[in-house]
Amino acid sequence: MTTLFYTAGAVALIATALAISRKNAVHALLYLIVSFMAVAGVMLALGAAFAAALEVMVYAGAIMVLFVFVVMLLNIGPQADSREAQWIRPQVWLGPGLLAAVLLIELLLTLRHGAANLAEVAPVSLKSVGLTLYGPYLLAVELASMLLLAGLIAAYHLGRPRE
Amino acid sequence: MNGIPLAHALLLSGGMFTLGLLGVLVRRNLLFTLLSLEIMLNSAGLAFVVAGARWSQPDGQIMFLLVLSLAAAEVAVGLALTLQVHRQFGSLDLDALSELREGPE
Repeated sequence: MTTLFYTAGAVALIATALAISRKNAVHALLYLIVSFMAVAGVMLALGAAFAAALEVMVYAGAIMVLFVFVVMLLNIGPQADSREAQWIRPQVWLGPGLLAAVLLIELLLTLRHGAANLAEVAPVSLKSVGLTLYGPYLLAVELASMLLLAGLIAAYHLGRPRE
Repeated sequence: MNGIPLAHALLLSGGMFTLGLLGVLVRRNLLFTLLSLEIMLNSAGLAFVVAGARWSQPDGQIMFLLVLSLAAAEVAVGLALTLQVHRQFGSLDLDALSELREGPE
């Protein structure tokens, strides 16, 4: 698990640094998705499997897809097609692809050599997370749902086209 | 924590937070500012998970869950505002939004 932690941590830092220094938003998004997956690997190494799954699903999945949608909405036009062809050149996806491959190999090695290790390491079970979430933290769950509702209404209101 | 020092995990989280802060300070594109905010929120959530793993308590992951819902709400509102800014000003440059500043006289 220690190797997974250090490899994923290094990949996370490198991918984040590359993400904030890209000129193009789509390139930055590619690196940021790799960065979030690496952070999920770090969380897995720390024994927080539930948080790692949420990181991949919500951050790398939902939030990054929102960003991609907005980038696409901002680039509607005839010149967008040729620009898009330029964006997907091999040298653009080679960097994120390599970093993601490092993560995948490290994860596979960990699963192969340390499957027993992984099971013994998970100190916080999903059951205890669920019991605590809907026990002492029930009010926080209600507050989070109100926050999400407020965010939904605000996004709907702000996103409407003006007449 | 199974052999990983707490300091190293917190250093990773702090390093990612610093990178996000750097992005907010250096980039002038609204989209990149939002991305950097996401990085900072993510590193704060990672610090919660690290602390939860250090003491084997589920509370760290629950705080991460709450940070996650906060990030989702924030990014929805922020991106809607980004679309409005693009419609009104025709660009995402933050310096184009300095209407409140007094002009050079």
